[in-house]
Amino acid sequence: MTITKPLALSISLAFSLLLALPSTAQESLSADTQQLSPQAKGLTIAKEMKARDRGWQDSSADMEMVLHIGKRESRREMRILALEVADDGDKSMTIFDSPNDVKGTAFLSFTHTNAMDDQWLYLPALKRVKRISSKNKSGPFMGSEFAYEDLNSFEVEQYDYRWLRDETVDGQDCFVIESTPRDQYSGYSKQVAWVDKTHYRVLKIDFYDRKDTLLKTLTLSDYKLHLNKFWRPTTQSMVNHKNQRRTEVFLRNYQFGTGLDESDFTENSLKRAR
Amino acid sequence: MKYCLTTLQALSLATITLLPLCAHSELLGYIGLQGRTYPMSAAESAQGSETLSVVIAPEWFSQWNDGDDSFNIKAFYRYDSLDEERSHGDLREFYWQHVGADWELSVGINTVFWGVTESQHLVDIINQTDFVESADGEDKLGQPMIHFASIKDWGVIDVFILPQFRPRQFAGEAGRLRSTPLTINNQEVYQSSKEESHIDYALRWSHYLGDWNLGLSWFQGTSREPLYQAISYKDGIALAAYYPLIEQSGIDAQYISGDWLWKLEAIHRRGIGHSPTEDLSASTAGFEYTFTGINSRFWDLGLLLEYSWDSRGTAQAGIFQNDLFTGGRLSLNDIASSEVLFGLSQDLDDAQSRSAVIEASTRIGDTMRLVGELYHFHSTRSDDPLYIIRRDSYLELGLEFYF
Repeated sequence: MTITKPLALSISLAFSLLLALPSTAQESLSADTQQLSPQAKGLTIAKEMKARDRGWQDSSADMEMVLHIGKRESRREMRILALEVADDGDKSMTIFDSPNDVKGTAFLSFTHTNAMDDQWLYLPALKRVKRISSKNKSGPFMGSEFAYEDLNSFEVEQYDYRWLRDETVDGQDCFVIESTPRDQYSGYSKQVAWVDKTHYRVLKIDFYDRKDTLLKTLTLSDYKLHLNKFWRPTTQSMVNHKNQRRTEVFLRNYQFGTGLDESDFTENSLKRAR
Repeated sequence: MKYCLTTLQALSLATITLLPLCAHSELLGYIGLQGRTYPMSAAESAQGSETLSVVIAPEWFSQWNDGDDSFNIKAFYRYDSLDEERSHGDLREFYWQHVGADWELSVGINTVFWGVTESQHLVDIINQTDFVESADGEDKLGQPMIHFASIKDWGVIDVFILPQFRPRQFAGEAGRLRSTPLTINNQEVYQSSKEESHIDYALRWSHYLGDWNLGLSWFQGTSREPLYQAISYKDGIALAAYYPLIEQSGIDAQYISGDWLWKLEAIHRRGIGHSPTEDLSASTAGFEYTFTGINSRFWDLGLLLEYSWDSRGTAQAGIFQNDLFTGGRLSLNDIASSEVLFGLSQDLDDAQSRSAVIEASTRIGDTMRLVGELYHFHSTRSDDPLYIIRRDSYLELGLEFYF
């Protein structure tokens, strides 16, 4: 009997707020939103972030995760393929390259804006595809300081928002917005994100646990511009304030418009993912 | 001289032409070392009580045509210090695959899994079980096949042509987890006059609709599960496998609702021609429920409950004729991906017939896994299929190196 654990990795198009925030330098929203309530202003900012991330169609990237535990380091490597879906959440596939014992394991996820996500896991040793529950959001991803939900694609409908204040981070003017997850299975009571006013890139997120105490801080840096439109961070660093552990994520070799389509995100394509 | 090619060079040139220039190839796999001990004295004096094993399982693949064509090899070899029949090699995979826009074609040796349940795999019929590998029957022998898959909006249709049958291999005289009297290898008898060359066929339709996964399957050919007949052997008697021709229809379904996974597998099997096989219906149904983040270290605990029913009586075959399986999976979600699986199968007709398993594993460093496995079998009635292995409970420790 082998009952292999759903390695449920919802690395959907990844890195939630974090990814794609286009560069179409617009006037800062703050001018036209001064009259809005903090809630309406927060929502406007979130919608603008998502709007600027439209149109990338499909993408792929190599991801390296480095877990720092005291002086020890442990690495995980994977490749992420993603497909933008009109009128719903994105589709993604994650293929594991290391550690060696999980090499060939692959994970398929269909994010939905108004329903539970659909997730499948392929176990190469048994050549078996398992449908898995997508409710496990708050657990650690591969022993790291990232929870599965930190890796999901960002969908506006999944949170309620509130603009808190404006603040400067590393010399960049930022909105500070609070997002409260609507999903009762989220491990967080809220997230506070610093979003730069020029490009709508997330520079920092504070995660608060269910008891409303500060649990983790994510810092995103080395943003690079792709297709002259989409900003992507190269480095992300998650620090857990409770256990002092740190996980770094490096996303490299971003490719866009590689010709992926629906047929690359099926149970069959999951089985032959290498 | 300069233009003369040796045969080897010509061959490699041919290979290079066949495997186009931008081929991407990789070698991976593992090497394992396992020690196993059977604490109870064996049913027969020829059987040993300890064994040390080495496993080598390399895998190689090459992809070209932008990944649309691939060649895949997965080999397996085990050396076992106790049982020469358990020392064995097998080509699990050796196939070429081409992927079209909405279809796939694979030709060669491959392994295919069907099904959703955990305690037994009723609908899974394409491959023969590698019977000497482990007690759970999840290791399979590579099956020669032509496999065509058509992937449509309304589901996936799989068509299989299976030209060569792989008979089950049984443990040798010194080995454990075997019948008494011994089942002799290479003495197979077939219902089909074509013996192992009888061509088998299989069809499957499977689909995913929202929270439902559904599969319907059909198989016609040589039964993977043999019957046994007594033969004379070394002035005594032994058993030999008899493979009847069967037709088997199967259904597998899974429904997902939050943390609940509901599962069902059912089959109907009937003999073909003058088959001695009795008609058989069998099913397994149950659920899996996961408690996430059960403590401050974010452990997950998945609980499993599966009920199995089989139209045969105990005497004939069914270890799962009226049985309840309860089990669980504990995932520590730690850096070493540690996990513990446990389960108990209880015969509901016979309180004295049960089997239990605990499997645990953890990663050491970046490339090794430490694996422990404990199987316990208990049976007191000689007509119970578990009875023959009632003294073969074992503890195994292994170390696997992945490359």
